Amino acid sequence: MQVQAADTGALLAAENAQGKPRIVRMAGKLAYRNLFHDRLSLIVTLTGIVFSVVLVAVQCGLYIGSETMIAAMLDNSKGDLWIVPFGTKSFDDPSFLIGHEKYAALSTPGIAGAEDLVVGFAGWRKPKGGTTAVLLIGSDYQNGSLKPWNITQGSIGELAEPFAVAADDTYFADLGIDKLGDIAEINNTRVRVGAVTHGIRSFTTLPYVFTSLQRARQLLDAANTQASYTLIRLAPDANLESVRADLNDRLKDREILTQREFRSRSVDYWLFQTGAGSALIAGAALGMIVGVVIVAQTLYSSTKDHLNEFATLRALGASAGYIHKVILIQAIMSAFLGYGIGMLLSLLIIQATKGTTLLIIMTPNLALLLFALTLGMCIIAAISAIFKVTRIDPAGVFSR
Amino acid sequence: MNERELNRKTLLEAKNIVKVFGSGSFQVKPLKGVNLKLYAGELTLLMGPSGSGKTTLLSILGCILSPTEGELVVAGNSTAGLDAEGLAKIRRKHVGFVFQGYNLFPTMTASENVMLALDVRAAPVVDPPKHAVAALTAVGLAHRATAFPSKLSGGEKQRVALARALAGRPSVILADEPTAALDAENGRAVMALLAEVAKDPNRAVLAVTHDHRTMPYADRIIRIEDGVISSEERPKKDGNPPAAHHDDHHHEPQPVAAQPATIEPATTQPTGSDKSLRGRFRIRRNA
Repeated sequence: MQVQAADTGALLAAENAQGKPRIVRMAGKLAYRNLFHDRLSLIVTLTGIVFSVVLVAVQCGLYIGSETMIAAMLDNSKGDLWIVPFGTKSFDDPSFLIGHEKYAALSTPGIAGAEDLVVGFAGWRKPKGGTTAVLLIGSDYQNGSLKPWNITQGSIGELAEPFAVAADDTYFADLGIDKLGDIAEINNTRVRVGAVTHGIRSFTTLPYVFTSLQRARQLLDAANTQASYTLIRLAPDANLESVRADLNDRLKDREILTQREFRSRSVDYWLFQTGAGSALIAGAALGMIVGVVIVAQTLYSSTKDHLNEFATLRALGASAGYIHKVILIQAIMSAFLGYGIGMLLSLLIIQATKGTTLLIIMTPNLALLLFALTLGMCIIAAISAIFKVTRIDPAGVFSR
Repeated sequence: MNERELNRKTLLEAKNIVKVFGSGSFQVKPLKGVNLKLYAGELTLLMGPSGSGKTTLLSILGCILSPTEGELVVAGNSTAGLDAEGLAKIRRKHVGFVFQGYNLFPTMTASENVMLALDVRAAPVVDPPKHAVAALTAVGLAHRATAFPSKLSGGEKQRVALARALAGRPSVILADEPTAALDAENGRAVMALLAEVAKDPNRAVLAVTHDHRTMPYADRIIRIEDGVISSEERPKKDGNPPAAHHDDHHHEPQPVAAQPATIEPATTQPTGSDKSLRGRFRIRRNA
């Protein structure tokens, strides 16, 4: 019998070809093809990841935004120590000090300067009727360390005018005003909007209104020596702890906090004691869990769909590590795609909320953290698929 | 052992292989002491009725299952005591498979299927795509290198599977019912390829089959029944199939298959509509 069929010469020639041999890398291609083979499954996977990324991005962005809003006044003032009424929970929870703290501080060794800040809730009567509460901040707007920033209309010098205030345009609708120069009333006293700021948002949703220290005392009915907080600047060679100890001795029933302590006390109060931050963190965690479950489910189902192929790979001699690599590459590809789309949507949402009182912040660190979380989420999700594949019996290929 | 066997290199040896599945009253013993050798340059057929232990033996010979008792030596490497990864390493280095259902990767082209096997085997080659095409050329399918399995006929799929098995130069190729899903002509062509591949002095080919059409291509036919080797013969390569064996009374010889065929390369290139084996090879009946 004559049989002539196979042209093994070509194969032999290829095997003996001159050149530097290299290992073929096909795991990535197989993962890519498996991923894109079932478009519906891919869409479900990406939906899960995108949902997760957007939810976590928005929740974390809100968290950072909330922290930024809570600490805005503290971050924009330059003081080493703060004298605050005993038991103060946050900057936005003001009450009045007993009085004369500024002078007591100035007579303490190691202190270069002290300034009073008056902060208090006040009633704002809108020009067209109706009232709302505002948080009035009185400071030394010329030489002090806390003064309105991001002024877009008018100037800080306008606050020298009688009963001039600075308001933020984010809250124009709440305040019932729409431009520089509008007239309203604070605690039944006429005030004029002499400067307009942009982006000074308040976590409590009560608009901040800036004015001079004296005018704030007048409007809040406080004595001339009274303040809500006294901000201390230390002399260059002073020791913070010894100055703090001296102040504690001299000023009973007050607390002496560093800038950082006051900041973290304010943030802790609003984010954790009120539960607002916990809700944001829980939302982000929920997003992660939903993402892991959806990705795990779709990856598992995709692996199940390709089980025969994985069994074939195993029968061909693929190590368990090789098969795990294919699944992990699939998961990582999903993570990259889902993260890209999710971040794009998140940035669109952030852009859309820019002019509102909702502050969502995306920082490079948050973007990196989100990427790491997405990658981690997809890798965790791949574990269920890997467990499934680990139990493959390659002998099954003979019965299929 | 005849003189021919004495002169040939043994590439696979199974010594007193016993396989037991389950325990107690559920115990099944598909293999009851199998001794078998595969020699370089030979196409061996393993035949036997359903339930005789063919597939279990193939799984053990392919290092997919471990024997309960006995020893398996593949290309000089004993598999005794190897775990799943150790067995996978032996498979990857020394064994190529051809499956009844082809088991090609549907999302990969024919050449990618071959390259995947090269990757799995971690076989370094100079030019992987060229190497894959060369493997496909060896089975007459270079012109279908970029086709996905869904666009290939059954015979073409099986030839891609054979090209995949050839890639990485395994010492042993094990084929599980390679013609079962093929028509007579494609079946003969695939067997012709296997016989050709088996001519390599460094390679042994074993095909498990029910199909009597495959017999004319065999250098050796081993019959298994009830978990033991019942006979072993070397058919004369005179163009006539070996005489029907008493073990295989279940299988009536098929009229077309009973006629030994000569497969020769076609003198013209296959056309777009005729890229199956029929187009690639001219099959001439010897009757």
